[in-house]
Amino acid sequence: MGLFSMTKTVLKSLFNKPATIRYPAEPAKRFEGTRGQMEIDIDKCIFCGLCSKHCPADAITVNKNERTWSINRLWCICCNSCAENCNKDAIYQTNVYHAPIVAGETDVDVYQGKPVEEKPASAEEKAA
Amino acid sequence: MAGRIVVPFGPQHPVLPEPIHLDLVLEDERVVEAIPSIGYVHRGLEKLVEKRDFKDFVYIAERICGICSFTHSVGYCKAIEAIMDLQVPERAQYLRTIWSEYSRLHSHLLWLGLYADAMGFENLFMNAWRIRETILDAMEETTGGRVIQGVCKVGGVRRDISDAKLKEMTAKLDSIGGEIEDLCHVFFDDASVKHRSVGVGMLSKEDAHKLGAVGPVAKGSGIALDLRQTGYSAYGSLDFKPIVETGCDCYSRCIVRAKELAQSVDLIKQAAANIPAGDIEVKVRGNPDGEYFSRVEQPRGECIHYVKANGSKNILRERVRTPSSANIPPLVKMLEGCQMADVPVIVLSIDPCIGCAER
Repeated sequence: MGLFSMTKTVLKSLFNKPATIRYPAEPAKRFEGTRGQMEIDIDKCIFCGLCSKHCPADAITVNKNERTWSINRLWCICCNSCAENCNKDAIYQTNVYHAPIVAGETDVDVYQGKPVEEKPASAEEKAA
Repeated sequence: MAGRIVVPFGPQHPVLPEPIHLDLVLEDERVVEAIPSIGYVHRGLEKLVEKRDFKDFVYIAERICGICSFTHSVGYCKAIEAIMDLQVPERAQYLRTIWSEYSRLHSHLLWLGLYADAMGFENLFMNAWRIRETILDAMEETTGGRVIQGVCKVGGVRRDISDAKLKEMTAKLDSIGGEIEDLCHVFFDDASVKHRSVGVGMLSKEDAHKLGAVGPVAKGSGIALDLRQTGYSAYGSLDFKPIVETGCDCYSRCIVRAKELAQSVDLIKQAAANIPAGDIEVKVRGNPDGEYFSRVEQPRGECIHYVKANGSKNILRERVRTPSSANIPPLVKMLEGCQMADVPVIVLSIDPCIGCAER
């Protein structure tokens, strides 16, 4: 009968546990392949700028002279394009979302690379 | 005769998921004319194609719509692949089909929920969205994203689904199949659903054809227009028939979508059973040179991606015709002569997605 077509579902829902999660108290669902925030192993980075060139959201800025790699966390769309285009496999994606950014906090994360190591002087130079 | 008044409806309205504005010309409670206007969420995504590498534009094409995102990326990739004459591996084609059908499931469940909400059937809305959550979980597990998948790329797909995972997914679909059936049963038979939608928003077959309706709007008016029959991706090797209803009202459009849920489940099972082993992508060399019209079937109907390239890595022009923009003229026709109280139901019945209509 048309009026009571939901009775079965209603009875089932009465005895089932809630479909929702009490989020901050319980952790959110997360899968191995979930697209979360991007991370960089800055020691591997050669500051070539390919990631920033291929970023659809223009979220990445690479400064070769100052040896910094920075990402705007609010602009990043977690598409993994930078990691795919990285020749040194320095960038990788995690399955964790970035924590919310509140007023007063900066939305740009800056990573500082090690300064370029000076080449050790060769034996000839020492002799001279 | 009563004087005419104009009632603005939208862009902000409790039933509207997206900003469309309608000026409703009323005579008492009867709508004489509806004048639509859009332009609230234009983002200029088509222009961006000139600034981005053609391979990177897939990410942007996917973000044209937040619901039928995967089909947009398939449409764009299909155009580029046709221009560059790339042979996409069979396995990738099947995976694209599986994900397209998953996105159809999630889009239709979302719509059924919103439609129930527009009728004031809050309980049904919650139930539809509860089922949708399991579909989104399957998407997140296999692609990494709930609604924006990001797995389709020029030349194939980015991620593979293992055979064990495919079996698990089909088993899961079997178990939620019963729940979907119970849900559809409410839409098919419930007295309040029928009361609110039978005979409301009539669009005759001739009008649907003349005004260029697509997707469930056309199918609900008796036109068997389903682009999946052209056999793109792996649809050519799967067995299905477009679902057609002849009621021409909101109820028929609702039934088409409810029946398409079962059809999508069946298509996913067929694809999972027949998927061949092999590569999931081909290497893309060079740049596209040429133009192509690619047509794909989205949950809302036919979507066209036109791509024109001149051999550089940036594409000259991309034009997208989304199903919602095609369905606005039929909507105006449906609204003529309806009651003011039926307007939310009728507007919802075309499944308006103004975000992608404006891009």
